[in-house]
Amino acid sequence: MEVEKLNFMEVKFKALSINESFARVCVAGFCVQMNPSVDELGDIKTAVSEAVTNCVVHAYPKHNGVIYLRCEIEGNNLKIIVKDEGIGIKDIEKAKEPFYTTKPDEERSGMGFAVMESFMDKVVVEHNGDKGIVVTMYKQIGNERLQVNNA
Amino acid sequence: MHIKSKVYNNTLYVVLCGELDEHSATHTRITLDNIFSGGDFNQIIIDLSELDFMDSTGIGVLIGRYKKMKSRNIPIFICNPSKHAEKIFKMTGLYEIMPKIV
Repeated sequence: MEVEKLNFMEVKFKALSINESFARVCVAGFCVQMNPSVDELGDIKTAVSEAVTNCVVHAYPKHNGVIYLRCEIEGNNLKIIVKDEGIGIKDIEKAKEPFYTTKPDEERSGMGFAVMESFMDKVVVEHNGDKGIVVTMYKQIGNERLQVNNA
Repeated sequence: MHIKSKVYNNTLYVVLCGELDEHSATHTRITLDNIFSGGDFNQIIIDLSELDFMDSTGIGVLIGRYKKMKSRNIPIFICNPSKHAEKIFKMTGLYEIMPKIV
């Protein structure tokens, strides 16, 4: 029998800012099995925080909807999916530009997607059908150690 | 988020303790504005050595405080950022308006 290589976890929670730290800790806890470095864990927590903050701040202006968080581990590859069913983003490419924000009056940096892209290997932002946004982030764990070993 | 502060030699020292994200941003803004509204200092040093976590929401909070203090000609400096905070500061160019001091 072939051994199932993919491990995953899924949670859903209300789009409230108080759940941001829950989301960070939840993903970090699940990733511990990959034996990440402190730096890698920090990268992952920061990227998750940015994606969840986007849902909390932008996705549901009229009510607190739900955020879906899924993590997949296959070997040393980590995939994190953050999904909402909110109002969506009209121009995704524009939204990804550094310093672009739709809420300049609220002291927002507009750096959310730029931080995700900088802290993870790859970030894909797509429409969730006709409702909301799906952010999929990829990171290979253990890269830093490999580089040190090869040096 | 817990914020400690004291004035010494005309410098306001502020220590941010805990996590700075969307959830704690409003409290952090209000508390800092309250502390900064005093007048017994001519520069501010924000110490991040006890900040356990910060995402880009923190940049918005810091730039907002910078703008308010700029109108009073009071410079703000950053010290002891974590590796991740430093990465975000460098990406956003924050050090150009709030230099890092050792």
